[in-house]
Amino acid sequence: MRLSKPCTAVLVAALCPVMTFAGTISGKVTFTGTPVKQKPIDMSKEPSCAKQHATPVTTETVVTGANNTLENVVVYISAGADDAAAGQAVTFEQKGCQYIPHIVALHTGQDLKVMNDDQTSHNIHPLAKVNREWNKSQPPGSPPIEAKFDSPEFISVKCNIHPWMHGWFAVLKTSHFAVTKDDGTFSLPNLPAGKYTVTAWHEDYGTQTADITITGNETKTTDFSFKAKAY
Amino acid sequence: MNDSKKMMSQARVGVLSLALVALPAFRLSAQDAPDVGPHPPQPLPAMESHIGNVTGHAKDAKMDYRRYCVGCHGDLGDGNGENAVWLDPKPRDFTIATFKCRSTPTGTLPTDEDLYNTIGRGLTNSNMPIWNTFSPQMKADLVAYIKTFSPRWQKEKAGDPIKIPAEPPVTIESIAHGKALFTKLECWKCHGPQGKGDGPSAATLTDSKDQPIRPYNFAGGGDDSRFKCGSTNQDIYRIFMTGLDGTPMPSFMDTIQPNDAWDLVHFLRTLQVHRHSKENDVLKAAGGKIPAYEEKAAPASSSPSGASGGGN
Repeated sequence: MRLSKPCTAVLVAALCPVMTFAGTISGKVTFTGTPVKQKPIDMSKEPSCAKQHATPVTTETVVTGANNTLENVVVYISAGADDAAAGQAVTFEQKGCQYIPHIVALHTGQDLKVMNDDQTSHNIHPLAKVNREWNKSQPPGSPPIEAKFDSPEFISVKCNIHPWMHGWFAVLKTSHFAVTKDDGTFSLPNLPAGKYTVTAWHEDYGTQTADITITGNETKTTDFSFKAKAY
Repeated sequence: MNDSKKMMSQARVGVLSLALVALPAFRLSAQDAPDVGPHPPQPLPAMESHIGNVTGHAKDAKMDYRRYCVGCHGDLGDGNGENAVWLDPKPRDFTIATFKCRSTPTGTLPTDEDLYNTIGRGLTNSNMPIWNTFSPQMKADLVAYIKTFSPRWQKEKAGDPIKIPAEPPVTIESIAHGKALFTKLECWKCHGPQGKGDGPSAATLTDSKDQPIRPYNFAGGGDDSRFKCGSTNQDIYRIFMTGLDGTPMPSFMDTIQPNDAWDLVHFLRTLQVHRHSKENDVLKAAGGKIPAYEEKAAPASSSPSGASGGGN
């Protein structure tokens, strides 16, 4: 609608706290080529977990969806956004001797709660190289372990007792992030006008970036396509 | 040469060898040697260490590091010395400042004293020698020098040493409780039911640099068997409460009450079947068998129909 300038200004000022001009960057992550088949996991050494899976689960290094979509890709704004404040605590569960979700993305300083929902002990061992490395035992029935990380880093997480368990903490400097699910899509809303660099990270296929400019409250699309590795 | 002359020359060689062996106490000076490293970050941070009333200075340890440490720990302190390829476990990488033997919680830096003690005590079942020939000043200087290899030491303070309560008496009940904890906390998954390092997860363990690593075998070794980080009951307590950072051994600080931890220590001593100990004596006196542990009922009122029922 066209209003005179002073009216527009008043309108904008009145609405500013509630609605700012903010765009969205969204897209889809896919792969080309043939990914390596994921291997079934033998949980026979941990019967309490084995019985939770009617068919054995597989490793999760590369998880794909229909139409060549790629899951578990962390897509985030790596440049151009303010380091917005961290949100509420995120959770990382150990269930059926698997990490759920496989990757949890969080902001530096954001609270992380690790829960053990299994009947066996696990030890949580984030193999941090930039942040501090620590290792804590978490028997069944323990309260959640609370942690935070000060520096951005993609931290590989493992359980030493159950060597097939692998997960990631994607600690980012920004709160504009998303982790793709099986449809491979992501959406990064609430971006004020500006120039941004979007980065997509996959634990095996590496990193790709794209530069996007937002001018108002439009939605810009950018897709990422990773080349599957032969091994 | 006749026999007595032979013996004399052998004696001379012997004395000379003794003199050479005694050399560790002699410190090289900077002017004596060509520059073959080490090369910590330049300029060398003015790092100090404080152990008791000894203050160590990094700049005074450069030649000692070169003489004694660089062969394994490397020029850059990253554990890639010349010898490292033949060693298992690998020498410590000082650049990441993650250490096994600490009095401080998992994920925190050790105290100067922790590092000082490690140097003097060595690390059993590894190639880290027992440098008990070094003077306190030398060890303190080396601690300060080690701290120059990682920027963490300039940004973070050492953790707060954990509080260790006084050790309660060794009784068969304490040992029984320790055994119950060993089972409940699933230590046996790695260490095995008899602590022989043969648990179901033992074969797949890797350290934080993806090197295969074995859990401690309590039943191995004789009367003098030691742990990586010491040999006393307090050392055992500290090991499982702070964890061995950089290895699969986690910290149980959040899962064991301090007094319960002592019970676990007492039980672990009985796994060292070839080692004389108070704990093994108590076990022997109790007939060599650890009784089942019964959860003690909560202290009840004196009335017989009080809240505490039979075993829980």
